[in-house]
Parts: sequence; C-alpha cells; structure tokens
Amino acid sequence: MADFAIVTAIVLTVITAATPLLLAGIGELVAERAGVLNLGLEGMMAVGAVGGFAGAALTGSTTVGIVSAGLAGLLLAVPFAFLVINLAANQVATGLALTLLGLGASAMFGESFIGKPGLKLPALDIPGLTSIPVVGRIVFGQDALVYISFLLVAAISWFLFRTRAGLMLRAVGDSHDSAHNLGIPVYAVRWAAVLFGGCCAGLGGGYLSLAYTPLWTENMTAGRGWIALALVVFASWLPWRLVVGAYLFGAVAILGFHAQGLGVRVSSQFISMLPYLATIAVLVVISRNKLVLRANTPACLGRPFVPAR
Amino acid sequence: MRIWLRIAAAAAALVLAAGGAGAQEKLKVGFIYVGPHNDGGWSQRHDVARQEIEKALGDKVETTYVENVSEGPDAERVIEQLARAGNKLIFTTSFGFMNPTLKVAQRFKDVKFEHATGFKQAANVATYNARFYEGRYILGQIAAKMSKTGVAGYIGSFPIPEVVMGINAYALGARSINPDFKIKVVWANTWHDPGKEADAAKVLLDQGADIIAQHTDSPAPLQIAAERGAYGFGQASDMIEFAPKNQLTAIIDNWGPYYIERVKAVLDGTWKSHDVWYGIPEGMVQMAPYTNMPDDVKKMAEETEEKIRTGQLHPFAGPIKKQDGSVAAEAGKTIPDSELLGMNYYVEGVEGDLPK
Repeated sequence: MADFAIVTAIVLTVITAATPLLLAGIGELVAERAGVLNLGLEGMMAVGAVGGFAGAALTGSTTVGIVSAGLAGLLLAVPFAFLVINLAANQVATGLALTLLGLGASAMFGESFIGKPGLKLPALDIPGLTSIPVVGRIVFGQDALVYISFLLVAAISWFLFRTRAGLMLRAVGDSHDSAHNLGIPVYAVRWAAVLFGGCCAGLGGGYLSLAYTPLWTENMTAGRGWIALALVVFASWLPWRLVVGAYLFGAVAILGFHAQGLGVRVSSQFISMLPYLATIAVLVVISRNKLVLRANTPACLGRPFVPAR
Repeated sequence: MRIWLRIAAAAAALVLAAGGAGAQEKLKVGFIYVGPHNDGGWSQRHDVARQEIEKALGDKVETTYVENVSEGPDAERVIEQLARAGNKLIFTTSFGFMNPTLKVAQRFKDVKFEHATGFKQAANVATYNARFYEGRYILGQIAAKMSKTGVAGYIGSFPIPEVVMGINAYALGARSINPDFKIKVVWANTWHDPGKEADAAKVLLDQGADIIAQHTDSPAPLQIAAERGAYGFGQASDMIEFAPKNQLTAIIDNWGPYYIERVKAVLDGTWKSHDVWYGIPEGMVQMAPYTNMPDDVKKMAEETEEKIRTGQLHPFAGPIKKQDGSVAAEAGKTIPDSELLGMNYYVEGVEGDLPK
C-alpha cells in the first residue's frame, strides 16, 4: 500500500508540473500549424500568471482568475499578431521582443501583489469517486485547468484533422500562397491562431499563479515558456504527442527530485538539460526522415505572408 | 530659431545644475540589487535597510537604488554610473557583484564601496556578511522537537559553501536534540523558481519528511508544507502570511543597523575598509516570532538564541563528525571561519551525497 501511495504522490506532482507546459504548448502548436512561430510564449505566460493572480485576488473568484489569465495572454498576443501578420515583421525578432515585453509588463503590473498569498484553484471532489484508492485522486481530484488542458488537446486534435476549418488552418501553415489563391483568408486564420495561442499561454501562466504555487513573484515562469516551445517541436506538431511530451518532461524533473531524496546520485543540472536534449534528439530523428518531416512540419512556419496582387 | 532654443535650454540646465550643486550638501548613497526591490526576500531586505537609513539620517543623506541588475558585465556599468552620479558610498548587495565592484573601485578612489557576502577587499572596498547559520541551528533544534517522523526535508539552491554551511548547522541543531534525526536534501538548482521549489517540497514530504526548510527565495515550499499540514520556515523575511498556522519561525536578514553605522562613518570621516561577518549578537540575523509550537519548544528556541547572542554557544563547536564518520572538529575545538567559508562536506545526519 505504501508503494501505491508513493506512486500516486508522484503522478499527482507530475500532473502539476506538466499542465502549464501542456496548456502553453497546445496554443503554440495551433499558431505554428498556421505558420506563425511565436517565441513570445514566456512573456505571454508571465502576463497570464499576473493576470490570473490579479483577477482572483481582486474579485475573490478563481474562475475570474482563469478568465483574466487567458485574456491577459490574448491581449499581449495582439501587438505580436499585428506586427508579424499585417506588417510582415520578422517573427523570430518580434517573438523575442514579446518575451521581454511580457516579462517587463508582468513585473510592472504585479508589483503590488508581491508577498501576498493568492487564492488556490479548488480541486474537484466527487463523493465516492475521488476517494477511490490510487486512481480516485488522480482522475477525479484535479483542478479545472488540468481538465481544460486535456479537453483542449482533444478539441484541437479533432479540429485540426477532422474539420474543414482545421484543414484550412493547416493549409495556411503549409502554403500560404496556395491557400490565398483558394480564397482562404490567410490573415484572419493567422490572427485567430495567434490569439488562441496567446490565450492558452495565458492559461498556462495562470496555472502557475493559481494552482501550482498560489503566489506572484517576478519571473515566476522561470523558463517554462521555452520548454513549451521545445515541446511543440518534440511533439512534431501533433496534439497527442504533446501530452506525452509534457508529462515526460514533467516526470523527468519530479523523478530527478525523488532520486535525490532517496540518495541516488543524479546531477540536477543534467536533469534541467533533459527537455532540451530530448528535443534535439527528436529533431535529429525527424530531420533524417524526410517523410515524417514533410508530413507534420508546417512548411510556411516563420515565413511572413505578403500577398502578390 | 532652433539653435537659440538649444542655447536657452543649455543655459537653463547650467543654472539648474549650479543651483543643485549649491544645495547639495547631502551625502549620496547608492545601492544595486540583483532582484526587484520588492522581491519579498533577499533584495527587499536590503531595500528595507536603505529606507531605514533615510529614516535615521534623512536630513544628511540621499539614497538611490538600481534594481534587477544581473551579475555580469551589466553590473560594472551600473556601479560605474552610480559612482559618476556622485554617490560617495555604494552598497553592492550580491555575491556576483564582487569583481565589478573592485574594478569600479579602482577607478573611483574617492568613492567607498560596501560589498555583501564577498571575500575580496580593497582600501575603498569593505565586505560584510551575515552568519545565517546561527539562525539555521535554531531552526534545526525546532525541527527535531516538532517532527514526528524524525526526518526533515531541506531544499538547497546550489551546492556552494554558504548553503552547505546552512544545511550542516541545521543538522547539528537537530541532532543536538534528537541524535537519530535525518535530513534529506534536494537541490533545486535555482534561487528562484516557485514551481520547482514547490515540486521539491512535495517530493520531500512524499518521502516521509514532515518539516521543510529551504535555502531558495520564494515562499512556495512553505505554502506546500502548509497545504499538507506539515511545518516550515520563512526565508530572508517573515513569511507568516503565506502559512499562518504552519510557519514555525523565519530567519530575517536585518542589514539596517550595519548600513546606518557605515553611513555615519562616512559622514564622520572615520570609514575604513574591513571584512565583517555579523550574526545574531550584532542583530544582523534576526528570528521571526516563534509561532505554532508548544511553549517548551518556544522556550528552548529562545534560550538557544540567547546563548548564541551571548557567545555561550557556537553552532560549529566540536565534537563534530563528518557524514563519513571522520572528525570535522574535536571536542573543545570550533571549526574556524576560514574553513566554514569553504565548507564542502556534510556532517553526520545529512543523507545523500554532496554534488561536487
């Protein structure tokens, strides 16, 4: 029984570590599928974190916190979308600038919230189900954002590959010229994808300040935006692989801590490197296989669309 | 037209500058922080001390600070700017500012520098540090009294002597109460990542610890301890708001008295470079109120604090055994400061290997 308890504990901790990555990752995946590389994930997560904390702190409602986290991320994505879509600005440079802007803005707006405990997102509690040993807590005892993250993955997976609109979005990402010639509104599709990405990144940040650690401090995203970016490549732009990746990256970090606590010799620096090493490994593998590469990598990723009249 | 405007502006600026110079008899004191001035931890405590200077000597000094300065080439630029702006005393408040401080000090011989936690001095560069390990010894004793499992969790940032010293003092304090007490250490490999710190705390609690101490910056570990009904401590400042029922005490960095003393020395012209390491006796290390514990534990903690204050007790007084059983200090001897500052081994009671 003690063994089960520890396994349950590990899974519960992994879920918390993986959820912000998954939320931010699924949004970025959609944006990249539409051909827009948004390196500003870290900044959008940071404003999402402060937005979520502020929303919950000012109204006393964590639901408002979730909504304001998503809105904050979405708002920050607006100038990015305008610059890279309408003005065809360089996506890499604009994205990096967005990260700096987001971190700075979050620090500015968050100043008055430092040193104050926040509200914690309540966990689901269904009498009879949540108390089932081992599985109960894991399946029926999570907070809203964990369920939202899975719903989003399922919805996006269905949307991208089972709907006409999803096909259009992928067409825009694969060849914006052809899509344009077919009459697909490239700008509108990209705007929607980027705003969705910002909203998801905001939710990921909100998860940090509402569920993971209900507090606000500057730079509390601590590089999770970059891991989420790597995750999208690791998942080779497929939603369900994103789940695998997020939970794998989360599990590696948590198991690393467990190994340390048990006195197993592991280098904590090496553990911190692992998500990026894994991403490089996946890149190497998919780059060797031209078919896989062509099948999933959006061909127009990072390329601005300037319609030839 | 435009050129006349410019000349007028320049003249106005000159007049203003001259007026400013005439009125300026106040000593300018500059600060540079590695984090935001209200980070709720390390940098905030330095900023609180800065405000205390203003309060105590406001009519004679004028203070400014630059926050969020990274420990690299940027630091040198910022320190130089502070010196150029007329600050005659500059506090550089992070270990990584050591070499930049010394470089700028060479170029500005008439400016005095105070560098926190460093080990290199110059004629116009003094260093100061706090003996936080004295507080950690008390935390260890409280932990041993309050723990039911006999296992405490400790979250480390980086395996540098300052942190290792803290872990050992904690272990020695705990084992002075319960000789079988164990300390599990997890290295988070960061000073500031609330999520990771929380993960580390969860892992330690899941592995049987029922008290958490941390040498990282955020209140996240304490929050997790509170969520799970375990006990924890605040770090750098009183974090009782984050865990009203679960914070036992906190080590508070109290730089104010020292800063005021040093500013006064500059005003009197008696400032000299030195290297000081103050602790509980000088008030640089303070303990937050002892809360959420029975009266006898509180009494014990207060007594230990008093013994450290009067010099009756030194946390690193022998006999002390290293983790591998070899002798670190014989009975009657105390580990000297020079050795503490290079501490690279665990004492008995700490589990696991120290990363090299």
